[in-house]
Amino acid sequence: MDGSVRSEAGIPLRASYGPEDLPAPEPIPPPGAFPFTRGNFPDGYRGRRWTIRQYSGFGTPEESNARYRYLLDQGGTGLSVALDLPTQCGYDSDHPEVEEEVGRVGVALDTLADVEVLFDQIPLDAISTSFTINGTAAIILAFYVAAAEKRGVDGANLRGTIQNDILKEYVSRGTWIWPPRPSLRLIADTIEFCAEEVPRFNAISVAGAHFRDAGANAVQEMAFTLMDGITYCDEVIERGRMTIDEFAPQVSFFFYTHGDFFEEIAKYRAGRRRWARIVRERYGALDDRSCMFRVGCVAGGASLYAPQAQNNVMRVAYEALASVLGGVQSMFTAAWDEPFALPSEDSATLALRTQQVLEYETGVARVADPLGGSYYVEALTDEVEARVVEIMDDLERRGGMVKAVEDGHLHRLIADEAFRVQQAVSSGEREIVGVNRFRTDESPPEVEGYELDEAGRARQLERLAEVKGSRSAADVAATLGSLRKAAATNETNLMPLLVDCASAYCTLGEMVAVLKDEWGEFVQPTVF
Amino acid sequence: MPARVLVAKPGLDGHDRGAKLVARALRDAGFEVVYLGIRQRPETIAAVALQEDVQIVGLSILSGAHVGLTEKTVKALRAAGLHEVLVVVGGTIPTRDVARLEAAGAAAVYPTGTPLESLVESLQALSTQPHASS
Repeated sequence: MDGSVRSEAGIPLRASYGPEDLPAPEPIPPPGAFPFTRGNFPDGYRGRRWTIRQYSGFGTPEESNARYRYLLDQGGTGLSVALDLPTQCGYDSDHPEVEEEVGRVGVALDTLADVEVLFDQIPLDAISTSFTINGTAAIILAFYVAAAEKRGVDGANLRGTIQNDILKEYVSRGTWIWPPRPSLRLIADTIEFCAEEVPRFNAISVAGAHFRDAGANAVQEMAFTLMDGITYCDEVIERGRMTIDEFAPQVSFFFYTHGDFFEEIAKYRAGRRRWARIVRERYGALDDRSCMFRVGCVAGGASLYAPQAQNNVMRVAYEALASVLGGVQSMFTAAWDEPFALPSEDSATLALRTQQVLEYETGVARVADPLGGSYYVEALTDEVEARVVEIMDDLERRGGMVKAVEDGHLHRLIADEAFRVQQAVSSGEREIVGVNRFRTDESPPEVEGYELDEAGRARQLERLAEVKGSRSAADVAATLGSLRKAAATNETNLMPLLVDCASAYCTLGEMVAVLKDEWGEFVQPTVF
Repeated sequence: MPARVLVAKPGLDGHDRGAKLVARALRDAGFEVVYLGIRQRPETIAAVALQEDVQIVGLSILSGAHVGLTEKTVKALRAAGLHEVLVVVGGTIPTRDVARLEAAGAAAVYPTGTPLESLVESLQALSTQPHASS
């Protein structure tokens, strides 16, 4: 480094900024106007507050159902369902190789019966539900739609999101199943299905968050994510069955907010502007709503540290503030004990209260884009956008995202940046309180955490066995057979068939196995 | 001769930032590193450990399933005849589980927050000490 002052992503910063740094010659359009740099809505958060959406889910559907009802009682306004790794990777709870992982980092969903328990006494038409699910997103959506059908809830009233972003799984999160090509087909199927059947449900949340947590900086995070967004939109457009205006409003995005306050704000403003231009210029969108960049975020993750862990409360609070000043639509604030374990009820509540204090006491949401016009923020927004475009152009030149995923290029970029940051922390160049500044000798806190209940796993296996014993074998065979036939060609949308499978109480693992037979499995490049 | 280390993530957890950083730091410190990546079965880890003739197997687990997966991996290594290969474990590991991992056969445990430098030093010490018969 040359000794200049730089942002976390390496952008050189001057000591002050002035009128000459504002974009010239045209003035910045107001909030709610294309290209939405200053936010999607003219009245900012007045018309619609951000959704407080705490990621949560563990153990059995019964336990998670109780936690959801608690969070809703406490003022949570949407659910965010964490699924266990077997469910995310396509294994049923009774698969012999996954016993340690059942109910571990989220709830296990094997069949429609589990989904019925998970949402017991929760009105599906009155809440929005976000599922962090990718490899098996289409199947989880099928479960949700089938559960709503069974309860008589109109699909038009279902609100929520499936993450459904497989490309970043191949690089940084790891819950892939099939190779990229058939996976993209299934994603395009869900996008078409949502537009037609559940129009208020977001078919995809293109997630940069996991690139970020794996080591990417804020600029890379935005660039990689927009590239993924383009890849998915290309896939749907190339089929020729839908125009951009028919599905773009159901595409949303998801990011981490880490610690560099102004860079994070600039990241969200730059992302909104860039996406709006992509949708209009690349795809010819006619409706401005198609151009809106709908963003959820999480504060925490790799920006939290184990030493002096309670300092994480402050880190998350500042990140939450940056997210709101950046204009996000929903937010999850992580608990301070995240480096050690799943949060306890106390730490989860404190994380929720962090957002509520921000929302109800600080007044930051009274006026749309309060930092708009700041010399520094506008200049940084421009610089972040320019650097995002540069990275995107480079990836396009190299042959696009699928290629970068398959040849390990993205893995390399992210591992390099993670290593650079690690070295900066080790050398003290990047200062972290409690880690390389103001260290104290302390033993790690005895966190209460969450201890998996072995009896819960037994209950889960019991319910799965019961379902398998009581369902109609003929229906199972018939629905899985139709799925297999349709998967072999590229002509039929698989979503209605998956809903049929779900309604017949086929297991998630059975549906995955059928598609694996037809499509094979992905092999990850091992770059470090 | 530099010690050979296998770095792998057993189970389904895909968070590989830590594993990759450790792999790089060990390589830079002079170890010969075999990086196996995520979603590895214990039997695969054992087979590669045998084939690559490693002295140390480093497991990274952030999903909370560390005790069971460590037990299975140690068992697979021993079943492959690798009685002297040391197993070390890092990840999101609550203090209360350190003793459980040691009981499962871990020679060292590196919970979240362990400075990379002390992890490297610890592995250097382990790789040069005469093998305690395990």
